[in-house]
Formats: sequence, C-alpha cells, structure tokens
Amino acid sequence: MRHHLLLRVITKLLVGPIILFALYVQFHGDYSPGGGFQAGVIFAVAFILFGIVFGLEKVKLVFPPWLVHKFAAIGVLLYAGTGIYSLMLGSQYLNYSAFTPDHPEHGQHWGILVVELGVGITVAAVMVAIYYAFAARPPVISDEDW
Amino acid sequence: MANAAVLPALSIIDQLPLLTIVVPMVAGPLCVLFGNRHIAWLLAFLASLASFLFSAHMLLQVIDGDVLSYHLGGWAPPLGIEYRVDAANAFVLLLISGISTVILPYARQSVAHEIKKVSHTLFYCCYLLCFTGLLGVVVTGDAFNVFVFLEISSLSTYVLIAMGAERDRRALTSAYDYLILGTIGATFFVIGIGFLYIATGTLNMTDLAVRLADMDGNRTVQAGFAFIVVGMGLKAAIYPLHLWLPGAYTYAPSVVTVFLAATATKAAIYVLLRFMFSVFQPEFVFELHTLTWIIMPLAILAMFAASLIAAFQTDLKRLLAYSSVAQVGYMILGIGLATKISLSATIIHLFNHGITKAVLFMVVGAFVMRKGSSFTKNLNGLGKQMPLTCAAFVVGGLSLIGVPGTAGFISKWLLIDAALEVDLWWLALLIVMSSLLAVVYVWKTVEVLYMNEPDEGTIAKEVPMSMLIPMWVMAIACIYFGLNTDITLTSASVAADSLLRGGVQ
Repeated sequence: MRHHLLLRVITKLLVGPIILFALYVQFHGDYSPGGGFQAGVIFAVAFILFGIVFGLEKVKLVFPPWLVHKFAAIGVLLYAGTGIYSLMLGSQYLNYSAFTPDHPEHGQHWGILVVELGVGITVAAVMVAIYYAFAARPPVISDEDW
Repeated sequence: MANAAVLPALSIIDQLPLLTIVVPMVAGPLCVLFGNRHIAWLLAFLASLASFLFSAHMLLQVIDGDVLSYHLGGWAPPLGIEYRVDAANAFVLLLISGISTVILPYARQSVAHEIKKVSHTLFYCCYLLCFTGLLGVVVTGDAFNVFVFLEISSLSTYVLIAMGAERDRRALTSAYDYLILGTIGATFFVIGIGFLYIATGTLNMTDLAVRLADMDGNRTVQAGFAFIVVGMGLKAAIYPLHLWLPGAYTYAPSVVTVFLAATATKAAIYVLLRFMFSVFQPEFVFELHTLTWIIMPLAILAMFAASLIAAFQTDLKRLLAYSSVAQVGYMILGIGLATKISLSATIIHLFNHGITKAVLFMVVGAFVMRKGSSFTKNLNGLGKQMPLTCAAFVVGGLSLIGVPGTAGFISKWLLIDAALEVDLWWLALLIVMSSLLAVVYVWKTVEVLYMNEPDEGTIAKEVPMSMLIPMWVMAIACIYFGLNTDITLTSASVAADSLLRGGVQ
C-alpha cells in the first residue's frame, strides 16, 4: 500500500491513540464499561491495522511471533498466579479478600485489576497471533500449478 | 464482606480439589514461556504426576462416602462455583490422571517421531490444557463450569488431532469434522443448561437436584434434559452420534489417540451419569422412558453395529476406534438399566476399558513408529520381530474381549449380572454374543501378527524401553484389575451409591 499516502499517515496517527484507548479501557474497567477482554481486542487492533497498511513483515518486526506466544502465556500465568498467591495466603483460589485481610475491599480491587490485566495481555496476544496465522497463509495454489 | 479475616487458613489437603486442576493449568503456559521441548515434557509429566497423587489422596478421603466441597474465590455455593468431589468423580479423576501419567513417558519418543520439533512445546501445552479441561469437567459441581472446561478440553483436542497432519493430511479434515460436531455437542449442552437455569434459577448441581425434584411435568426441564443428553451423547460418541470418532482416532498422533481413547469419552460418560442420576432423578417418567426406549436400544445397536464395522477394517487404528464406539455401548447399556449394579458396571467399565484401550493404542503407536503405518497389511509377522509389543497387544485384546482373568471380564460380568438382576436374560445373551464379535476382530489382528510370515526384507526392531515400559504397565494393570477387584469394585459401588444418592444428601 505504498502509494496510499492518506492511509499510511492516518494509520501512523491512529496507532498511538488506539493503544492509549486500550489502556484506558483496561484500567478504567472497574468504573466504566470495559475490562480485560475489550481492552485486549482494542490493543490488538492497533497492531492489526499497522499490519494491514504496512505489511506483515513490518508488524512482525515490532511484535515478533515468538514474543506473541510468550505474552499469551504470561497473561494466563498472571491470572492463575493471582489465584495461587491467594492460595499461599491460606485462602481459597482467587479469594481476593485475602490480599489485605484488614481491608478486604482493597484486596478485591487489586485482585480484579491484576486478573483483568492478565486477561487483557492474553487476549491481545491471541488476537495478534490469529491475525498472523491468517495473514501468513500461503496463497491457495492456482489451477495451473496442480 | 470482611469474611476472609476471620476464616481459618486452609491447609494443602483442603486445597486438593483445586490443585488437581490448577497444577496442569499453570504448567501449560509455562511450557510456552520456557519454550524448550525437554522442559515442556518434564513439566507435563510432573504436573500429571502431581494431579495423579492429588486424585489418589482425594479418592482415599471420599471412599467412605464423604464429599469434599471447595468454594472458588470464597464464594459459597449455590451462588459461587463449587468443586465437589465424591467417590464417583474421584475415581474418574484417578483414571484420567493415572492414564496421563503413564502415557507421558511413552509420549516422549512417539511425539519426537511423529511431530516436528518446532511444535513440541505447543504440543505439550495443548496436551496439558486438554488434560486440565477433562479433569475440570469431572471435578466441578457447577453445571456451567462443566461447559467451560468442556470447551477447554475440546478446543485443545481439535489442535492435538490436527497435529497428526505431519503423518497424514486427512488429520485436518478429521479435526475439522470433530470441531463441527463437537461444537454442536457443546452448544446443545449449554442450551440444555440454559433451559435448566430458566426453570430453576440455579447452576449448582446439588441445588439443581433439589429444585428439580418436584418439576417432573415441566416442559422446559424436559427439553433441557433432551439437549443435555444429545449434547453429551455427541461428546461421548453414543452410536449414531459417533461419526467424528473413527476419523479423529485414526489420524491423530498416536499419543493423542491413546490419551483421547482412554479418557475423553470417559469424561463425557461421567457427565451423562452425573446429570442422569444426580441432577435429574431416575424417578422422572420422561427420564425412565429415555433410558428404556432410547438409551438401551442405542447401546445394543452400538455393541453390534460398531463391532461388526470394526471387524471389516483394514487399518488397525480405525478398527480399534470402532471398537471404542462398541465399548461405549456397554457403558451406555449400564446407564440404560439404571440399577445400582448396572451403574457400578458402567463406572468399572470406564476404568477397565480406559486401561485396555490405552494398551492397544500404545501398541499401535509402536507399530506406527517402526512400520510407518497401522494398516494390517503392513503388520505381517511382527509377532516375531517385536515380541514384547505384540504380546502386549494380545493381553489388551483379551481384556477387550472380556476373557476371565482380565479387567474386561469384570465389567462384562457385572453388566450381565445387572441384566439378570432385572430378569433381562436375553440382554445378557446379547452381551455375550457381541463379545464374540470382539473375538473376531481381535483374532483377525493376532493372526496377522503371529501366523503370517514377515514381509520380505523388512526388519522391525522392538521400540525403545521408554515406550515398552508404559505399555506393559498398562498391560499388567489389565491383568491385575482382572484378578484383584477390591479397589475397582469398591470404588465403583461407592461411586454408584453416591451418584444415585445425588445431590440430596
């Protein structure tokens, strides 16, 4: 899309705000609509848009596939790790109140924030991974090549 | 809300129902994070072993009829998600984690042979997720949570089956078939749960049982029941809903076939048992009719039709896959009879068939490794070249037929006992007759292995010890559980009791 000047300029302008908006949706999720899943999708959209306009190779330089896989794993571990932390405090799995026994509401606030961050990271990584998988598919063999 | 501060700290024993699930669940992403195939294998094995030990400990705790209840996040049921372990699911948990622990040492060589190195870490990650899903389906006491874990196990299963594409591209279409049918099954199941939720306003199984008790004539509940039975029937491969199974088992990598054949349909049968006897009461008229007029005839059909199809297969893996469909028939038959003995028979057959099929598919995996295929025409005279592997096949085959002294005999004997108890002598006769069909297809293979001369100029070595030992552990288990029935019979009858007692303690 080298000759689409408008698309390229606007994409460059948009990528930053999209990521910023994703982070807003992520961390403001407990006061307004949003949360990890939505934020993750929006975050991934920034990369997908960049990939569509500048090509798969360029976006893979920014966010290489091996890193995408690691992030998908890290998100899940963050979620599960929150649960395991509460186990180690002698409470049930994912019982956030255990984090701050004197003031359970604070613990619950922290707990959901970390868990949602885990969701966000995994969703963003998986979305990008799915885009890579589809975009990197070799073109279907044409009839003459059989 | 300041409840956490006053609650006493939970010990590790209290956490067991959860740890069984969480350990493999965390090990999965860790495999990807480390990105090393040796570490991935080690993590998978250790996680599986840990789950096995936890399940064994839980079974010991509940064998006297106790129930373990774990409240996730500290939310009390019926509002929160509850993990509820009684003898029935502790036994199935032990089966799944035990099989997995034995399979993984075998998997190392077999996976190295069949799947390219780059994919190994992802393979073990998917394997662990599938394992987590199956355990989760069994451990949870929340109807919707069953669906969530079912999806975890199903989605990873599709990937695992598709990994067989290295060996045979048809694995892709088989995985796709299973994806479509499995999704329909899961959707039906969740629609059924939705109907029950509309009618009762609860998702906790114990609570559902209490609230459903006086809802016999409710159409919503009846529709929910139908959706759940058909949905789970698809996952369990009850005869006319089995179409995904032969392809999936045939083209999946050998290890995946061993694991799925020994555990996946078993988890689905467990869910059927749980819903039919704990959540719904067998006293419901519509349920009794379903059991007598739908489940029983289908079970008998499966026993004969699938065995007959198996007898005509030219691919050993596909033959055993059809035999699995037939064996599901026996388990379903036990459900159809709906007595305490027949349920024990179903549960014990879950276990016995699990270990039997594990041996047989492990042997096929060894053939695939040495001969590159599982077609019977390529297996001529292997009895002389791979004596230990072929001997394991004979042991597994005998157990599949149900020869006295093997595990398969115990479950069939119990099933015949159950049929005679309700004066269905013709049913007992049918069970024996269908076993004769198993003789046909097992003998057919034994003949190829031992009676035929080896093909000219082919030399097949015995497989490595890391594959032979797990194979023989399972083969010896087949004999051991045929001779010493204390553990299995006690567990199965306590499990049947706790199922029939249902949620209403």
